[in-house]
Parts: sequence; structure tokens; C-alpha cells
Amino acid sequence: MEVEELKIKSCINKYNFEKKALISILQDIQEEYNYLPQEALNIVSKTLGIPLIDIVGAATFYRAFSLEPRGKHLVTVCVGTACHVRGAPNILAEFEKKLNIKAGETTDDGQFSLETVACLGCCAIGPVVIADSNYYAQTSVRKVDAILKKHRKKEK
Amino acid sequence: MIILKINGLEVKAEEGWTILETAKFYGIEIPTLCYNEGLSAYGGCRLCLVEIGEGPKAKLASSCTYPAEEGLVVRTDTRRVIETRRMMIELMLSLAPNSKIIQDLASKFGVTKVRFKVRNEECILCGLCVRMCREQMDGKAIGFQNRGHKRKISTPFDIKSEECRLCGGCMYICPACQLKCQGPEADTTVCNACLTMDPTCLDYYDELQCWMYNAGRCGTCVREKPEKSDSKEQAENSK
Repeated sequence: MEVEELKIKSCINKYNFEKKALISILQDIQEEYNYLPQEALNIVSKTLGIPLIDIVGAATFYRAFSLEPRGKHLVTVCVGTACHVRGAPNILAEFEKKLNIKAGETTDDGQFSLETVACLGCCAIGPVVIADSNYYAQTSVRKVDAILKKHRKKEK
Repeated sequence: MIILKINGLEVKAEEGWTILETAKFYGIEIPTLCYNEGLSAYGGCRLCLVEIGEGPKAKLASSCTYPAEEGLVVRTDTRRVIETRRMMIELMLSLAPNSKIIQDLASKFGVTKVRFKVRNEECILCGLCVRMCREQMDGKAIGFQNRGHKRKISTPFDIKSEECRLCGGCMYICPACQLKCQGPEADTTVCNACLTMDPTCLDYYDELQCWMYNAGRCGTCVREKPEKSDSKEQAENSK
């Protein structure tokens, strides 16, 4: 995907070129491209006057940001303690098998990215799976296929 | 003037001094690794830990970042401090066992074994190179990335940074990746050659300058003078 300078600049302009808005700007860029392209960070660094290393430091610190291209759909499996005891590892393994990738990777066709999270704070409805910010409660190995199918369909 | 107590000794510190600076001024030794006079204090290596306060409320604090306060009671050589210090050296050894500076610290503080998995990362994340680049070289080419066990120091995207002028300041100041311990190959991670070799004096002094003179000298330095070239080598090893 080509990085358009104007698009990045408009993201920055939204926050009046303020340095303290770095995280918000990065979030907007991530929203646009699904990840943080290298060129985009270069533009942000030059426009805001923040050293590139500081931006990269912030971008790599938070798990919400990704420097690698991610799939169109993001599937996040909670593997926190409560979800773990209710069978989250099995669900994660099923996702890995179905998508043929490991947690943290993206499928070759760029459709799905699989990630894990330690806890979402809603342990009562565990095991939890989030797919494109839709929360699926009390998931099981059997429901994995349905979730994937639903989001693949949305695409078309 | 701030009056505080270090090891029972009443000392006066100027406004804005840290405990470490005060101790240095009075000649009280506190070991440091990530501290450098020309750079801002970071408090990352935890070697300069001292015990602050008395009784059960005493806490450990890094003296390089703790400001001297009125009436503060500081102890630099309690058992708790020394044990914590040893633990820190052990942890650092497991990260960068090839570092001469850390091996020397291990010998000096009697760390003879490493109980942790040796990771050979040649970096202890002391941040000296980052601060050197930023504060002295005005570079801002390297910095910390990621977090937790994945934390590392690198340039953006791990490629040559536009800001880097190849000054070499980061390598000059690094305690872990540059100076390789020249001691004999040890089976264990800890070389401790300085402990077992003659002279056992870690800092090499001649007869007149021996700091143990009044306290019953160890005598290793005057026992048998080795060959001149040898003594130079040994002096280097023991430094």
C-alpha cells in the first residue's frame, strides 16, 4: 500500500501539529493502513520535529501498534487466567490450525491476523474472542469456524 | 547546606546533590555502572543501591537518582545492600558474560557463580549508549524499543539511522559489548581470574601506596615480583 503524505499530514493537522498528540496520530495512521508504515513514521517525525527513534520507541512499546503489515481482519484470543482455565489454549490452537498461522502472524492472503491478549477484563463471559472489535463470549472450539466464516463473508 | 548521615558520618551536601555525589565528595565508595558524570542519571543498573532510613522501614534506593535530603540516614554497606548488589551483578553476568567490566565487578564483590540461564545478549540495557548519543553527541540515533523481555536498544527499524554520524560514542561508553574479558577461558560463566591469580590485589598498588598498609596487608603484591612484562599484564587483568 502506498503511503500518501497528504493523508498522514491531515492526520497530524487534526491535532494542530501538537507533539503531545503523538499516540492519537499513530492511532489514526494505524486505523488508515492497519499498521504503521515506515514512511509514515518518517513523515510524522519530520512534521512534528520528534526524533524518529522516540516515535519508534512509543510505537513498539504499545501492543496496539504494529510495524508489520496486518491482515484486514484482526482476531484476538484472550489467554488470560480465567479464559485459560476455560479452554482458551484449545481455541487458540484451533484458530492457528484453521488459519494455518501462529499467534502474532498474518495469513498469506492478508485476510486475517491472529493475536493473543492477556486479559480483557470480562472474565465472566470467557473464553473471549474479539474479531474486528466484535466480542464473542463463551466461545468454544466448535464456534471458531463460524466466527471466521462470518468475518470472511463481511468482506464480500 | 543539607546535613545528612552516611554510614554514621555526618556529611554536608549542597543543594541539588544526589546521595552518590555526596558520598563521592567524602570519599565513600559506592559502585556504579550506568552512572557517568557527563550524562544524566538513569538508575538502571541498581549497583549504587543504598539503604535509606532505619529499622524495619529502611528501604533500598539508587543513590545516583536520590537527592540528598536534610536528616537522611544512609547506609552504603549493610548486608541487604551487598546481597542485592551481588544479585544484580549475577543477573547482569547472565546477560553479558563476556564483559570485562562486569566480570571485574563480579570478582570485586565475590560473585562466584551464576544461577541464571546465560543469555549472551551482550547488552544489559544500562542505557549509557542511548544517553551518550542523545546528550553528548546530539545524535538521537539509538533508543529503547519494545518492552518487557523483548526490550532492546537499536536504531529505528534496525537500519542505519540518518541521524547517526558514526561517531562511535555509543561503543566507547558501552560496558558490555566492547571490552571482552581477557581472562582465561572459564568453564563457568564467571571468570573470577582476578580472584585466583597473583596478585589478589584487585587494584594494583605498589608497596607505598597499598591501601591495606595499616590494616595488615595481604602481601601478595610484594611476595615475588613477576617479570616486568608479566606484571604489566597482570596489573591490567587485575584492574
